[in-house]
Amino acid sequence: MSVTSPLPHDAARLHVTGTARYIDDVPMPRDTLHLAFGLSPVARGRIEAMDLSAVRSTTGVAAVLTAGDLPFANDVSPSVHDEPLLAVERVNYVGQPLFLVVAESHLAARKAARLGDVRISEEAPILTIDQALAADSRFEGGPVIWQKGDAAAAIDSAAHLVEGSFEMGGQEHFYLEGQAALALPQEGGDMIVQSSTQHPTEIQHKVAEALGVPMHGVRVEIRRMGGGFGGKESQGNALAVSCAVAARATGRPCKMRYDRDDDMVITGKRHDFRIAYRAGFDEGGLIQGVEFVQYARCGWAMDLSLPVADRAMLHADSAYLLPNARIESHRLKTNTQSATAYRGFGGPQGMLGMERLMDHAAHQLGIEPVELRRRNYYAEAVVGGAAPAPSEPPRSTSGQKKTGRAGLPQTTPYGQEVEDFALHGITGALLESSDYAARKKAVAAWNAEQGAIRKGIAFSPVKFGISFTLTHLNQAGALVHVYQDGSVHLNHGGTEMGQGLFQKVAQVAASRFGIDPGAVKITATDTAKVPNTSATAASSGSDLNGMAVKAACDTIRDRMAEHLAAEHQARPEDVRFNGGNVQIGGAVMTFSEAAKRCYEGRVSLSSTGFYKTPKVAWDRVKGTGRPFFYFAYGAAVTEVAVDTRSGEYRILRADILHDAGASLNPALDIGQVEGGYVQGAGWLTTEELVWDDKGRLRTHAPSTYKIPAFSDQPDVFNVALWDGSNREDTIYRSKAVGEPPFMLGISAFLALSDAVASCGPSYPDLDAPATPERVWAAVRGMRDEL
Amino acid sequence: MEIRFLLNGEAVAPSGVAPTQTLLDWLRERRGLTGTKEGCNEGDCGACTVMVTDASGARALNACILLLPQLHGRAVRTIEGISGPKGQLHPVQQAMIDHHGSQCGFCTPGFVVSMAVAHLNGDTDHATALAGNLCRCTGYAPILRAAEAAADQPVPEWMVGDAAWLMENGTPALPAAPQSADTLAALYAERPEATLVAGATDVGLWVTKALRDLDPVIFLNRCADLKGVEIGEHEVRVGAMTDMNSFGAAIAPLHPSYAAMIRRYGSTQVRGAATVGGNIANGSPIGDNPPALIALDAVVHLRRADTRRAMPLEEFFIDYGKQDRQPGEFVEAVSFPRQDDRLKCYKLSKRFDQDISALCGCFNIRVEDGIVSSARIAFGGMAGIPKRAAHVESALLGQKWETDTIRMAQAGFDADFAPMSDMRASAAYRLETARAMLERYFAEDSGEGASVLEVMT
Repeated sequence: MSVTSPLPHDAARLHVTGTARYIDDVPMPRDTLHLAFGLSPVARGRIEAMDLSAVRSTTGVAAVLTAGDLPFANDVSPSVHDEPLLAVERVNYVGQPLFLVVAESHLAARKAARLGDVRISEEAPILTIDQALAADSRFEGGPVIWQKGDAAAAIDSAAHLVEGSFEMGGQEHFYLEGQAALALPQEGGDMIVQSSTQHPTEIQHKVAEALGVPMHGVRVEIRRMGGGFGGKESQGNALAVSCAVAARATGRPCKMRYDRDDDMVITGKRHDFRIAYRAGFDEGGLIQGVEFVQYARCGWAMDLSLPVADRAMLHADSAYLLPNARIESHRLKTNTQSATAYRGFGGPQGMLGMERLMDHAAHQLGIEPVELRRRNYYAEAVVGGAAPAPSEPPRSTSGQKKTGRAGLPQTTPYGQEVEDFALHGITGALLESSDYAARKKAVAAWNAEQGAIRKGIAFSPVKFGISFTLTHLNQAGALVHVYQDGSVHLNHGGTEMGQGLFQKVAQVAASRFGIDPGAVKITATDTAKVPNTSATAASSGSDLNGMAVKAACDTIRDRMAEHLAAEHQARPEDVRFNGGNVQIGGAVMTFSEAAKRCYEGRVSLSSTGFYKTPKVAWDRVKGTGRPFFYFAYGAAVTEVAVDTRSGEYRILRADILHDAGASLNPALDIGQVEGGYVQGAGWLTTEELVWDDKGRLRTHAPSTYKIPAFSDQPDVFNVALWDGSNREDTIYRSKAVGEPPFMLGISAFLALSDAVASCGPSYPDLDAPATPERVWAAVRGMRDEL
Repeated sequence: MEIRFLLNGEAVAPSGVAPTQTLLDWLRERRGLTGTKEGCNEGDCGACTVMVTDASGARALNACILLLPQLHGRAVRTIEGISGPKGQLHPVQQAMIDHHGSQCGFCTPGFVVSMAVAHLNGDTDHATALAGNLCRCTGYAPILRAAEAAADQPVPEWMVGDAAWLMENGTPALPAAPQSADTLAALYAERPEATLVAGATDVGLWVTKALRDLDPVIFLNRCADLKGVEIGEHEVRVGAMTDMNSFGAAIAPLHPSYAAMIRRYGSTQVRGAATVGGNIANGSPIGDNPPALIALDAVVHLRRADTRRAMPLEEFFIDYGKQDRQPGEFVEAVSFPRQDDRLKCYKLSKRFDQDISALCGCFNIRVEDGIVSSARIAFGGMAGIPKRAAHVESALLGQKWETDTIRMAQAGFDADFAPMSDMRASAAYRLETARAMLERYFAEDSGEGASVLEVMT
């Protein structure tokens, strides 16, 4: 069966030969115009005057649009209509689009966009968390607070109090392909838009609003993105809408792509957070109660900040049973880029808060950090105890039930029962395969030499909730055609950004028809084929679209079986689709022959498919319910070396065991795990966003913003998939794998902290990203206390 | 400007191009060769990597900051020319498929070209060859596996024809690209307002980021007599147009720490274009060559028409953005005395590879009979110009080579430098780690392992 096969990415051959097309590679009509924004140089203020005569008179400029020129909606917000495409009266961050240049070439548009004479009366910007708190600049009325039990009382009566506060930076997505869109005007005012987007329906929606047409007047298509990571969930709206309104205004095709520096200056990034924690532990290291205060810097517009901050709260427990918890979340409004979705969507920030607390507690209580974690884990699910599924029997596995804090109800702070906990097993296996105990001793022995180079080793677990927390988004559609020659055309609502979604879904389709995946044509995501799609986000792509495609395929398969059975005086249930053939009782024919017979028998060989995730229900105001269908798990051990003189460091080794359920494609899943780990480690190490006191982003290109490079991968990198199966009835019992491995990178940060901890008696005061300078400062802080 | 070069095996002569036309834009917009990608347009991501061949062999370069006139008389192979004429896959392409080396695929053509060049040149130092290619999806592990798997596969025949073609087909002269230092000297003296382009790793950004139109421009890359490293009995002389990869290879036997620092300077693609002379002439306070060369007691050789002069390199840098260079005068070479190797170069940056230094400290301290007999210490990133640590040097000179001396001399950094804070580092970090570098030098001199790059798990 094609599912579970480690097939290469469906476009691998196109990638390596340079023939895979991205938006900017699509052959353009001859008269295509090119767009660029004029940007605000000021973080906060009132626009007094805009003289764009120099822009307009530049050679090659066809048109210049300002907010007043927009015929309908001037809005590209994915949430509360607070994000004008072009600024009106006020500017809210450095880089905010003020006007739109439409020119004969990309270069001409970029050059002209710099010639605007804009007079802005500057006001003192609100840039930092402290400034936002002082000004009470926030989204929603006040902090959101969710509680379980009485955390304060539990902490006060506990034997040990552990408290602290630290900061973690944001993160630039740095998708290699920058944002891009192309609009092709059609007859009667319709518009076709090609957009590098994770969310074609949102593009369609925003373009329709901007053109004053119903959604049926706009068709959005995307074959692939050159990376997304959440950065193309809402941030492509501005380009697509610009292209559409410019195309409407000029009657010509319009293309827009951001230069890298513009991309980094204009678009939102991961939210940076400050997290303060206070926790009570008993003598045995068991958590009695925890309080977190999470401060998220959301930037100037709401974008997706509320669900991001929610997810940070939802992952404040990380992998631990918290009998009493209070989580307070501040969503702060600042004059910076509007922070947006980024792989993990707040989860990594919430989880890092808890993992930092556990590390701190282990240090303070003198308990081995992994041991402390295991004591506080949720109880292990009964292995093999799959949730009832109508379609197929659960896989049986043997094993022993292990317990964390088994005596207590196994509920998260938001009241969801943890039914599938697998970290006891994963942790045990990983500690063994990584030789953790012996290496930890070796690290201690190395550090006992008191040299300038120190080592650190750390473990961190991942438990990540799978589903959109906005429940209605958990739906997907598909459209499948079987042609009379037996070839299959596949379409669904998910988008391909490198994660291998299309290949996985094609493997599902091939498996349903019992044919080779090569017989399945994977086609561009298209709002005219599958409507009302959700963003390809929240790791949900293969869970949702795989199921929708399965439903569509099964509908066609059932029709075929019925027809062929009737022809052969057999029962439909005795028709088998396998190995490229269809077996009907004693007769065997190729799938192609079967398709031809069904066509001639006037059987409909096309079907839609639909899926909605069961069981999920969530009240975000109260903070209770079952936001997640299930959890994905994983764990990592990272070892580092640190030069205490300079703070420079290297990752020497990383060992990972990750739970992808019954993997649809182990090769693609391992790719997500390896890449997720490195990206997560990058977030917490070298990737530093720096704004100056005027609110200007100083790190707006790869020359100054440093994502991991080739030699930053660990010297020794052992990645394996946990041999498990989803207890819930997901597509072939697989698990989502897009975001969860990102948080494995937390172990790299904790390993650096561990190395610093060897320099003194206290717990290191290390913020993220742990750049060499921050590591050096933390070492210095330790030594100053000596 | 009548430019001629070989593109994927086909002779091309683009006409009417501006001197600042980048190869990347030309490939994508004029030739429809969209396999070469724009990721950053500043030479930092490698998505636009192409193979360029000339008499010196094949090298990987970033097409985004390569100006078309620089290609005159050379051969370019893009991703479209890495597969065979009948669509046969190159071994690195097949290995990338087999080892799942692509995810989103956008960086992949650049990786494949870098890998194919390394493969052609028999270079198996994959970490160095690929340091200039960023990938955001894979975490690099499968790409490394692919590079290793392809390493012992034979070079396909279509990869080797370019050099032979160049040998057989001469190239007519291009006035803006003089072919000798003498011609250059005459031309530049005549047009001192011209912009000199050596490797375009800096000037390229004036074009792609500052959006400047440069005219007139003089391209130096055809001046063969400005290239090369002469290692004499008493002196090492480096032609200004020596590219950084060549210089790194030449210097490695003499001063291995300098060569190790050069390995981290830019990337393979950047070093293949960047020149020693350009790194001096542009006067950057954060260039990595000047502190090393100053520590080696280097002399810079300048020329205007037929007039030559020379000066200690540190005197060339007058102030931020200001060098002792007259209109029409250019850097012809830099030289330094042969000496026993005592040089250590410490480049400090957020990321090890391909990152601009927060500071770069170069130490050349000689000890005779336990006493410091000479000390040349120079820094980049600590002032508006590359600058010697004069107080530290004098505090060391004549003193015993021991810990107490180091401690005492470390105080001298306060008098030597008042660094600034920026996005790369704070002033305090710069100053304190500069101090710590002297300690590290002493520790390494005492046989202590002092680099995290040498630590194993």
